[in-house]
Order: sequence, then structure tokens, then C-alpha cells
Amino acid sequence: MESVLHITTLHYLVLGAALFLLGVIGVLTRRNVVIVLMSIELILNAVNLNLVAFSRMWGGLHGQVFAIFVITDAAAEAAVGLGILIAFFRNKETVNIDEVNLLKW
Amino acid sequence: MLIGGIAVITRKNPVHSALALIVTLLAQASIYLMLYAPFVAGVQIILYAGGIMVLFLFVIMLVSIDRSIRERQFNSQWVVGIIAATALGGLFIAVYTKGTSIFPEHVLPVVENDNTQRVATMLYGQYMFAFEIASLLLLVAIIGAVVMAKKRI
Repeated sequence: MESVLHITTLHYLVLGAALFLLGVIGVLTRRNVVIVLMSIELILNAVNLNLVAFSRMWGGLHGQVFAIFVITDAAAEAAVGLGILIAFFRNKETVNIDEVNLLKW
Repeated sequence: MLIGGIAVITRKNPVHSALALIVTLLAQASIYLMLYAPFVAGVQIILYAGGIMVLFLFVIMLVSIDRSIRERQFNSQWVVGIIAATALGGLFIAVYTKGTSIFPEHVLPVVENDNTQRVATMLYGQYMFAFEIASLLLLVAIIGAVVMAKKRI
């Protein structure tokens, strides 16, 4: 019974892959920029999950330190992305990602 | 956790998406606890579920959501997007079925009563340079966000 319930590293990796896929689907298919940014957060979380799972597997702490750096990057990315979104909304009055065509001619 | 993730990418209202994302983040924090990483779990709750999600909710309140709820929710290349994501999922499945033997069945036991102390020692010792670069990155992000959100750019 115990061997059935034993959770290995592979289970965490499969969970991380599923979360990553959900994020990719969100980025590629949604139209609202806010939800696209949230999907990017999902992707970064999946990477974090893998990092911590591998850090547990090897018994070290390097993966956890790296996960903290990834969280820092996610915070910076969210701040800049939402700043861009506010500037864009002020100019075009929309949050749809397929109407962002300022750089297209 | 996966239910929360699915709700993030399917809800019409961005506020509902944000709440589902909070559920996902809290579930992930509990998984960190299962993996004997209490410091990362705490950082996850405070920084992600506290800080970043408040930022998201503020921006959702700032941009008007009334019009975008009534519009089409998925963009025009969603078929291609689904196909690409399915291909990526197939790749993941292939890797995990081929590479099962790489991962050991039994993980090493870890002493976990001083996790935070050891993380801090590593962060300020071995990863000192990366830590300073991260602070510089945050400074750049602050300046960028303020400049972007100014009245006239």
C-alpha cells in the first residue's frame, strides 16, 4: 500500500508539465492581455515547481535559491507588463491583444 | 491546482481568472511544503499571492472590463495555438515515458530544521553576485513601470 502512495519526482514533473501546458494554451489562445500575463505567471510557476522538485531529488538547496530568483523575475515582469498595459489602454481604449498593432505597417 | 489553472485560462471575467490564479498559487505553496521547502512556500504566498496578485487586481480595476467581457474571448489563431500546445504536450509525454529510469525512485532524506538559514547562507554567500543583479533588475523594473504608466509617454 505504501509503495502505491509513494510520490516520486516524476509525479511533480508531470504536474509541472501540465501546468506549463495550461499556461502555453492561455498565452496562445486568449485575447485579453491581463489573462495572457496571468498565463505567463502560470508558466513561471511550473518552472518553479520543477526547480524545487529537482532540488528535493538531489538533496541540495540550489534549486530553491533559483526558484526565489525566478519569483523575483516574475515580479519585475508583472510590474513592467502591467505598466505597458496601462499605457496601451490609455492610448487605444482596449485590452485585446490582436489590436496591438502599433509596430505593424 | 490543475482545476485552478484551467479556470485561469477559461473564465470570461478577468477577476475570476485572478481569483483562480490565487487558488493555484496557494495549492502550489502547499506542494512546496510537501517538498520540504518552507522558505520558498512562504515567499510564494507573500510575494505571489500577496504582492503580484494585488497588482493584477488593481490593473483589472483600472482598465475597464465591461466591454471586453462582451467581446470574443479567444483570438483568431486559437486553432493553431491549440495544435502547437498539443504538440508540446506530446513532446512532454514522450520525454517522460522514455526517461522514467533517469529519476530515482527513492529520494534522499533531507534534514529540514534549518532550511531558511541554509537558503539564506547560500543566497548571501555563493549567489551574492546574482542577488545583487536581481536587485538591479528590480530597480530597472520599478523605473520602467513608472515611466510606462506616466500620463504622457
